[in-house]
Amino acid sequence: MAYYIARRLIWLIVVLLVITAITYAIFFLTSPVNPAILFAGKLPTAATINEVKQEFGLNRHVVVQYLLFVKRVFFGDQYGWPGLGFSFVTRTAVRSELGPRLVITTTLVIGSAIVWLALGLPIGVISAVKQRSLLDRLTMGLAIFFVSAPVFWVGLMFLWLFWFKLGVAGGTGYYPATQYGFFTWLNHMIMPWVVLALQEAAWYARMTRGNLIETMKEDYIRTARAKGLREIRVIVRHGVRASLTPVVTMFGMDLGLLFGGTIITETVFNLQGIGQWAVESVFSGDLPVILAVTLIVSFAITLANVIVDVAYFYLDPRVRVTG
Amino acid sequence: MAQRAPDITIPETVTPNELVRARSSRELFWAMFVRDRAAVGGMVFIIVLVNLAIFAPLIARIVGHSPNQLFGSMLTPLGLPKGPNAHFWFGADQAGRDVFVRTLYGARTSLAVSVVGTGAATVLGTITGSVAGYYGGWVDTAISRFIDIILSLPLLLFAIGLSSVCSVSTRGCLGGVLKPGLSLVMAIIAVFTWPYMARIVRGQVIALKQRDFAEAARALGASDRRIMFIELLPNLVAPIVVYATLTLPTNILFEASLSYLGVGVPQSTPSWGRMLSDATSGSLFTYAWWMMLYPGLFLLLATLAFNLVGDGLRDALLPESR
Repeated sequence: MAYYIARRLIWLIVVLLVITAITYAIFFLTSPVNPAILFAGKLPTAATINEVKQEFGLNRHVVVQYLLFVKRVFFGDQYGWPGLGFSFVTRTAVRSELGPRLVITTTLVIGSAIVWLALGLPIGVISAVKQRSLLDRLTMGLAIFFVSAPVFWVGLMFLWLFWFKLGVAGGTGYYPATQYGFFTWLNHMIMPWVVLALQEAAWYARMTRGNLIETMKEDYIRTARAKGLREIRVIVRHGVRASLTPVVTMFGMDLGLLFGGTIITETVFNLQGIGQWAVESVFSGDLPVILAVTLIVSFAITLANVIVDVAYFYLDPRVRVTG
Repeated sequence: MAQRAPDITIPETVTPNELVRARSSRELFWAMFVRDRAAVGGMVFIIVLVNLAIFAPLIARIVGHSPNQLFGSMLTPLGLPKGPNAHFWFGADQAGRDVFVRTLYGARTSLAVSVVGTGAATVLGTITGSVAGYYGGWVDTAISRFIDIILSLPLLLFAIGLSSVCSVSTRGCLGGVLKPGLSLVMAIIAVFTWPYMARIVRGQVIALKQRDFAEAARALGASDRRIMFIELLPNLVAPIVVYATLTLPTNILFEASLSYLGVGVPQSTPSWGRMLSDATSGSLFTYAWWMMLYPGLFLLLATLAFNLVGDGLRDALLPESR
């Protein structure tokens, strides 16, 4: 087990190195303009461009720049550890702005993950148990609706309905609880949580339902029933537990896709998280911020996958034998 | 239609057309598919949408408005767009353009990008997945690890990055391989979605290559390429078709998200995502609801229709996965 975890963690580092190298490649090699030109002001002279290049270290070979970036990430820079450099736009350390933005994105992701699991799993289980009932048809109809609905459109519709027309939920923007109180914070977070969670909840309800229906056909379910166990125990202990393992895998993989959702949700609800920051930085060509966000998000995705693989050992006895 | 001679003695009283006739797998599939009313409804909507997209220029000519034509009469003195009326069925947008005609042209963009992007991803994924699954060993390890890396990328962020750096100048990027425009969005979709298809095909090929018919082909001296693409591939058609149909709506949403964020198709091309982004600028949609409702509705119905058809195909083609 320890060997397995160690191997996965080494793989994680390899993935991060490759991903940051790809990021460098996309933003340096493919771009027809040098990022320095963007920061040399209007009608730049060759001298100012060179000055900017000097200041940002863009005059070096791209491979040298990349290796320096890797070195700073591992060993830190003048702003501390991990060294994420200096934003071209705000001219401050990336780390200093990262903290508050990470708090907002993490709040968004955790809140919506709770909403999506709390909606998706029970609906999936009930639909599978009461297959072809009215409730099953209704919830699965809603599920395919929310699988299909674009996140930003649902977000806008919610804003229009609950904020603009009914006035029951807060509008856009992030209101820290420490400054505005718990209820203002909650009121402004509820819509982003629900909007980001609905599509995922719909996928999970569909998936849980499908898996559980399959599992309930297995021989050991018949055995459990034949033993005289109560139906609820058969479903929960024997059925749901086994059908949950693919869901756990999906959960780990989806955290990566969820980041795409946070980009959209943060844009729609004007939350200053790292998703919105990344989009702004892409438009302004702020390479250090793009790199930092890519690094953090990819780290989160790969780490989540390692955690999922480890969780598998405890959830699914069949994996333990081969692992 | 395969008609099999029944292996029973026929009683005198039974006329031949009362005999039980074996049904071909195509008939069985069709019988299953049409029983799913939601899937049939989705199919009908897709056919209507494809026709609207193909004949959009014709409809625009009949209506008399072109997609980028500005109508000053559809703006109030304050410059706000006017709502739906007899000539502008879906109202006008912030520049006084016809939302109805633009929505139809948006269908062209959406369908072209998602169909070509998904098609390219399907071909790429099928080939790499077959190669990885068939050869196994280090080839499989290399391809699988590469897929793992792509799947750990923050997809939307990379797509935004690629499409924005490639749209800075008209020369495009990668030495002119990727030029700004529809083809760039198609390429981005293909690059980021093939790994999912490759994973599915790989798993299927690993299971199939052990089977007797593949073994027999090998014993007859068939080449690897022949076994992969002539012997094994026909058995993979069902999962590939189902998965591609279910990927298509996510790619429609992907294009719409990119356009919504302002990096998808070029400014002059009407796109549902960009129309929705127009509706949000300055919270215009709180007044001009039609700017958000109609493109959003078409986007929603298009993805919903493809999802329903995909579900129906899965139930009919892969009954074991139900």
